[in-house]
Amino acid sequence: MSLKVNGKAYDLQIDPRTTLLDALREHLHLTGTKKGCDHGQCGACTVLIEGRRINSCLSLAVMHEGDDIVTIEGVGDPDALHPLQAAFVEYDAFQCGYCTSGQICSALGMLAEAKAGMPSHVTEDVSSHDLELTDHELRERMSGNLCRCAAYPNIIAAIRSTLVGGDA
Amino acid sequence: MKPFTYERVTDPSIAVAAAVAAGSGAKFISGGTNLLDLMKLEIEQPSHLVDVSRLPLRQVEPLPDGGLRIGAQADNATVAADRRVREQYPVLSEALLAGASAQLRNKASIAGNLLQRTRCGYFYDTSAACNKRRPGAGCDALQGFNRIHAILGASDACIATNPSDMAVALVALDARIELLGEGGTARTVALRDFHLLPETTPQIETVLRPGELITAVVLPPPAPGRQHYRKVRDRASYEFALVSVAAIVALEGGRIASARTAFGAVARTPWRPLAAEAVLDGRPASLDTYRVAADAALARAVGRGHNDFKIELAKRTLVAVLAQLTEVRP
Repeated sequence: MSLKVNGKAYDLQIDPRTTLLDALREHLHLTGTKKGCDHGQCGACTVLIEGRRINSCLSLAVMHEGDDIVTIEGVGDPDALHPLQAAFVEYDAFQCGYCTSGQICSALGMLAEAKAGMPSHVTEDVSSHDLELTDHELRERMSGNLCRCAAYPNIIAAIRSTLVGGDA
Repeated sequence: MKPFTYERVTDPSIAVAAAVAAGSGAKFISGGTNLLDLMKLEIEQPSHLVDVSRLPLRQVEPLPDGGLRIGAQADNATVAADRRVREQYPVLSEALLAGASAQLRNKASIAGNLLQRTRCGYFYDTSAACNKRRPGAGCDALQGFNRIHAILGASDACIATNPSDMAVALVALDARIELLGEGGTARTVALRDFHLLPETTPQIETVLRPGELITAVVLPPPAPGRQHYRKVRDRASYEFALVSVAAIVALEGGRIASARTAFGAVARTPWRPLAAEAVLDGRPASLDTYRVAADAALARAVGRGHNDFKIELAKRTLVAVLAQLTEVRP
């Protein structure tokens, strides 16, 4: 089978049991995506499929043939950080850093959802199309990503800093 | 994970034929967010997976009668964000948004949501006795930590609950589901009749026949009145319900013209308390009415020890939702 990751096509021979997470890490050696719980409870393995965030641990690689997959390696690199990556550094939005790649991929997906006007569990009126990304909204929308160092306030601050200028 | 063979299909009738041909070891897979979790724990051990995620069943389309048909392969997030769902069936959007995390909602399908397994800890613990996992083994939840377990419709064989939020809203909305079976046989089932109470066979969870595929959820035209879904849980987000309530209530001159309600996390099925609806029908919109209705809804509830609090919690949640929808001050 083949996988398209960060704009590059890879041919793979894999057992059908291989999760997308294990294919990325063990076969393609893209180890920026992290394995936390491996059961869809922590969000460390978050990647973007066709621009939408998912848990790569709860997905079979074989089911993503042909999909456009973006991992943290495709978001930016040390010489050219994505603005969200730069904001995480500037706002000290991590301590150990293990959840960070998942947080950043998740935040990118979250901002795209907000831009498309998607409501959340804390949106007062789901039928309304006026969405304001309050901190309450950001926290709810990022609840699928745990940070056991509890850097949450700085993660929210980092994400918020990229909103100034109003791109989302 | 146990080894399995995999095939991807792009036509619903081929999906059914593939599942029938592969026999009892076959499973459909779509989002995989529940099935793969259970396969890693070897609670689910399918020998063959039929990937239905690319079937052309993702549309949300209006029906001539004013209702809405939701393709079974649409993902939870897309349905929650659909303009018609948000405006005409907000209780469904709210229920979907109350479930899981954004990542899971992006992946999980509507059909998969209906078929998700229980979150009972003894079902997940392969060293524990569970009649659902191994019929005849017994049920360790009966005398165990049963704080999250069922208070309605349970049996001595199983006290597990259905963890779906979406299904609760769908039952309150009188949704029906479309099924495709062997030989192209299509049928429609009221969602209320789709899930089964445990009785003596808790391993049989729905009325699905071997190889049968859920192809759509059909909503009737929007009911009059206001709608709301409320979920009570141990954390504010990304957690299963202890109790949830979906309600659709219409008032006429201070009286209840119609009320449709459903509870989540109290039984193996989404629970429609028809006795409560009978109490509400035509009565004045008041806290007294709601308390009588809540007592009627929970009249046959049975606590198992740790979960006794859920009986009172369910009553209070129903009263609170009805009061909110009808602007009655508690």
